[in-house]
This record gives sequence, structure tokens and C-alpha cells, in this order.
Amino acid sequence: MAKKLNKVFIDVEVDPSVAGDVALAAKLEEVCPVNIFKGTESGVEIVEENLDECVLCKLCLEAAPAGTVHVRKLYDGTELS
Amino acid sequence: MTIIEISSTWAFLVPPNWNLPILPPLRIGSAPLMRFYEFEARQIVELAGIPVTKYGFCKTADEARQAAEEIGGPVVIKSQVLSGGRMKAGGVKFADTPDEAAAHAEDILQLEINGQMPRGVLVDPKAEVKQEYYASVVWDGTAKKPLMLFSDMGGIDIEEVAETHPDHVGKGHVTNLMPIPDFEAKQTIAATGVTGSQLNRATPILAKLARLFRDYDMTLAEINPLAELTDGSFVALDAHMEMENEAVGRQKVLLRKQLEIAEDDTRETYEPSEFERNVAAIDAADHRGVIQGKDHGFSGNLGLVIGAGGGSLTLTDAVRSQNGRPANYSEIGGNPSVAKACGLAKEVLEKDGVEKIAVMMSIVSNTRVDIVARGVIKACLELDKDPAETIAIFRIPGAWEDEGFKILDRYGVEYCDRSVSMWEAAGRAVAKIQGEAASA
Repeated sequence: MAKKLNKVFIDVEVDPSVAGDVALAAKLEEVCPVNIFKGTESGVEIVEENLDECVLCKLCLEAAPAGTVHVRKLYDGTELS
Repeated sequence: MTIIEISSTWAFLVPPNWNLPILPPLRIGSAPLMRFYEFEARQIVELAGIPVTKYGFCKTADEARQAAEEIGGPVVIKSQVLSGGRMKAGGVKFADTPDEAAAHAEDILQLEINGQMPRGVLVDPKAEVKQEYYASVVWDGTAKKPLMLFSDMGGIDIEEVAETHPDHVGKGHVTNLMPIPDFEAKQTIAATGVTGSQLNRATPILAKLARLFRDYDMTLAEINPLAELTDGSFVALDAHMEMENEAVGRQKVLLRKQLEIAEDDTRETYEPSEFERNVAAIDAADHRGVIQGKDHGFSGNLGLVIGAGGGSLTLTDAVRSQNGRPANYSEIGGNPSVAKACGLAKEVLEKDGVEKIAVMMSIVSNTRVDIVARGVIKACLELDKDPAETIAIFRIPGAWEDEGFKILDRYGVEYCDRSVSMWEAAGRAVAKIQGEAASA
């Protein structure tokens, strides 16, 4: 295959300022229908293998303080808001 | 009209102007119906109160000898396989003595017929038959009612009788909502010209067959021949039963207790291929959505990732009718995960001989177009294939299609919306794969 194509469609990032918030981590884990977030003792972890399952529901955006969770569609360069 | 048979419950008619070039009967699907061995069909008929001749189901030659002794006189030894062509394959033999019956049973029990070893042998008396009749009940999908069929020309292919002697075939619908009265069976039989004591004796048999059909959720209940013996009595000499597979769960008393059929005895017509097993495993591992894959009888170069409300059947036929060669049949729907769509597409792509895949569905409302797009593109990329070259066409109109089209645009995959028919989309996929073959 000549061209290099991205095998991942979605990227999710949690702002470092809230990534260690255990309560938020638990909330994100609860609201995400496709298990992209995992709550741990040290905060939130992103489950890489589930990223492409993102259904763009925005529940994580609603659960977190404004502007602290970023969901990017790598195929068109836009971000959910 | 040509009947494309996907299973006993899935078949469709193709208009003559579709000009089908390569269409042998096509059976797809894992045991879409519960089939019964002849000895089991005989038991079902007996349970319904329909008279049968004395018979024995035997698993050894000694048992066959004993059965022949108990029956007395000449007998017929029949291989118990879920396959036609037994007589031609040497699976049906006649014996005049118990020793001869045992010897034939010994041979037949070791005889493989169409890839199947017999479950046992059925020992039947050679009945003194005065006349053979035909009686059956089938599901009429158009009328959505059971249809009783009766003919005074039994023992032969009923389709042939219907074609050559239509006046010898009586037909009558019954309802599933009301008790089935004997008079409806009588009318059906009388339509063939049968009168007198024959009419009176055959009537309860056809009525009981119709009740059996309804009570046991059959898709086919057939007695052929229904014999009038020289003493005037009527008996079922041979029976054929098929049960709707979806009913297996609620027919446990019949299946498990009365017929003693084990739960894992699914009556598959063939061993599932590696492709079929893998697709089933992917489906079972993830509750989201549904996928199915079948490749029994397929050896083409165009992989199909297809589905949606009859779409799989229509699209498979549309590909075949336009001289395409599908590598498989599949069904995808119910909003599968990306992983599931990816898994199916990867399995299809990894099949021997597959050059491209066509991703096509009817119109989806409960499956997201963008999720399937991600899945099939991911499958290509994980197999180090360029989606633009590998996906011949993507035609899934419906929920989240705009988002799906963005993804397809990004990866250069040819796609179309609902303004392009399934037929046309299938034609484009076929043209693309044939065009490449011609220029190679």
C-alpha cells in the first residue's frame, strides 16, 4: 500500500488538569456507552482499543467540565463540541 | 419464475427477465429448519394418531434381524440419513428373510450417502398396497396460512403431478387461529374425485396431519405415499417432516422427551467452514449487532458484506444475476460495533480468491452507516490493503450516512446513497471486479 492511512478514526483526550480527578474518572467510565474511559485510583485512563467504537454521543463532554474532554474525528479533522 | 432457495423459510422469486445465467439452487444458512430422519417423522405421524405400518428403527444388524422377524414376511431396509438419493446410492434394499435383512442392514450401516453416515436403518414391511395417495401440509407464505395438499396419485413427485395432472391435486387452506375441522380436509380430498369409503378414511388422516403441522410448528408435514392397503385400511408408508427452527425451543416435549433428540443435535446439512465458524465466534463474542457469514457453495472473487431487511438475499441475487461471483453470503445489522463489522470484513477479505468486497445494504435505520464504514475500512487497513482499491462499492444509505460518507471520502472509497438502487450498486461492484480482471 503506497499511501499511509490512519487506522484510527477517533482520538479522545482528557485535559491534564482533570485527568487525576477520581470522581470524574468514575463518572466518565459510567457514561461512556463504549468503554473508552476507565476509572482508576490515579484518575482516568483512555482505553485505546475502544477509541474507534466512539458513537459521538457527547455524553463525556456533558459529564466533564467544559473544555476538558476533547473528542476528535481524525477523518475530517473536526472536534466534537 | 425461478426460485432462489436460501432456506426453507427464505426463498424468493426472480422475474424471468432477470436472465439468470448461473443459478443452481442455493441453500444458505445453518440449519434454518429442524429436519427429521424418516424414523422420527414416522414417530411424529404416530403421535398424531395417524396409522402406520409396524416398523423398527435399528442401529445394528442384529436389531434389524429381530425387527424383520417381528414384522414377518418381506421387508424393506432403509438407510436413515438426512439426504435424498438413498435408493440410487444403495441405501434402500429389500429382504425376504430376517437373515437377509440383517445382511442388508450390515451393508447399509457402513454406507456413506452424500457425505453422511446413517443414524441407523428403518425396517419396514413390504406392504400390500391397493392404491397410493399423497397428503401434505405446507406453509403458504403468500396466503400466510397452512395449505393442505392431497392427491390420488401418490408415491411420485407431487410437483410433477401438479404439472401434468392438476385435476388430481386438491388444495385447501386452513387457519392457525381456529380449530381445524375435518370437513375442510374432506373438501380438499373430494376435489381430486375421491369418494366413498376412501374419502371417509383419508379425511381424518389429512385433518390430523394439518393439526400436527400447526401444533408442532412444522414448515412441511408430508405423507407420501399414503397407502390404501388391500384390506381397505389407510396407512402412512413414508413421512417427511420439517420444523421451523425458531420453534425448537418451544417444542422440547416432542424433541427431547418423545423423540429423544439431543440438544446439540442441530441437524446441520454440512460441517461449518472455518470462515463460518470464525464469523460465528466474532458474533458471539460481542453482543452489539448481529453478523452471519456463509460460504458453503461459494467460490467467487467478490466478497459480500451485506444486510438489512432482506437486503442480503436481494444483493446476493443481484450480484449473481449480473454475472458476479460472490465469495460468500453474509448478514450484518442491528447496529454492530466497529469491531464486529471489522471482524466480518476481515474474514471475508481473508477468504481464498477474494479480490474485492462489496459493502451493501438496503436502507438502514438501526445500523449506523459511519460505524460500518469505520469497520470495513479498518479491516482493509489491518490487512495492509488500500480501502479505495479493496472496497468495490459502499452502498449503505440510512442512519448517520453523512458521517459515514465523510469517512469514505477520506479513504477514497467509492460510495453511493439511496438514489442508486441495490441492483445498480451490485452491478457496479461486478463491473469493477470484472474490469480489473479483463485489463490484467
